[in-house]
Amino acid sequence: MSLRTPLGVVRGLGSAKEGVNHWWWQRITAIALIPLALWFVFSVAALAGAEHAIVLLWMQSPVVAALLILFVSVVFYHAQLGMQVVIEDYVHTEWLKHACLLALKFTAVFLAVVAVVIILQVALGTGP
Amino acid sequence: MYVLVGVFAGACEATEIHNEVRTKIMATTERPLSPHLQIYRPQLTSMLSIAHRGTGVFLTLGTPLLVYWLWSVGAGGADYAAAQGFFGSFIGRLVMFAWSYALFYHLCNGIRHLYWDVGGGFDIETVYRTGYTVLLASAVLTVVAWVAAYATRGGV
Ligand code: HEM
Repeated sequence: MSLRTPLGVVRGLGSAKEGVNHWWWQRITAIALIPLALWFVFSVAALAGAEHAIVLLWMQSPVVAALLILFVSVVFYHAQLGMQVVIEDYVHTEWLKHACLLALKFTAVFLAVVAVVIILQVALGTGP
Repeated sequence: MYVLVGVFAGACEATEIHNEVRTKIMATTERPLSPHLQIYRPQLTSMLSIAHRGTGVFLTLGTPLLVYWLWSVGAGGADYAAAQGFFGSFIGRLVMFAWSYALFYHLCNGIRHLYWDVGGGFDIETVYRTGYTVLLASAVLTVVAWVAAYATRGGV
């Protein structure tokens, strides 16, 4: 057992200078998501039950494809930042916490890249 | 030595008295002495706060469905029909309704967060007023989106 207080141990080391970056990007992505999420939900609401050809036509418009790519990228970035905090708050077993964080980051990047590839395929007409 | 024992006994006695007093205070005070969630009286503010986290997690869990929908559009044919079948089913509609409400709530309350971040709206009255506004706005947005969905029925 060390007799040093936790404060004494970290004093002088400074912060890891990571927190501000994380916090800042959570806000930037949140601001970007206000218009993007509103646009997405109302677009999909209008498309609910649409024939396939109509959805294809919609997704092949360059502006729609661009907005979709932005939306999925920003959503996964924002969700991943947010879920990181949730995991850090509730998972206190060191190895398990890191395992969860790793699984979270890998899943988020994977799903985001898959989504972007699909959108590009549809937009460029090179899908299956 | 005797002095030490005496001091020790005195300290024990003091601790015992202290504990007794503390137990009495705990027993006679109506409110909890620290915000333990199990016994803390639910308030609009704390409920909205935890709901922001709840909806954030719920929205994240829903993102694979977003990718599934995009994939079905790319795949077309029977795969698109299957996705339409799922999203159009009772369960599908229920999940989509919950997801859309969660998104609108999280979005509106997110704006409230951003307002706090620039230093505004911290007084009790404003916190409650913006809280009720968030509840109302998210409900209205959800209804408008679903009315739009049923009105156009895919006709765009
Ligand atoms: C599908 C879209 C979204 C997902 C999956 C998502 C997910 C999350 C998650 C998991 C958190 C962490 C919650 C916590 O730490 O308690 C979070 C926090 C946050 N979200 Fe979102 N979010 C989405 C959309 C939005 C939108 C549209 C806004 C608009 C303003 C927004 C604003 C915020 C803010 C400000 C925070 C930080 C709150 C805090 O500091 O406690 N989010 N989000």
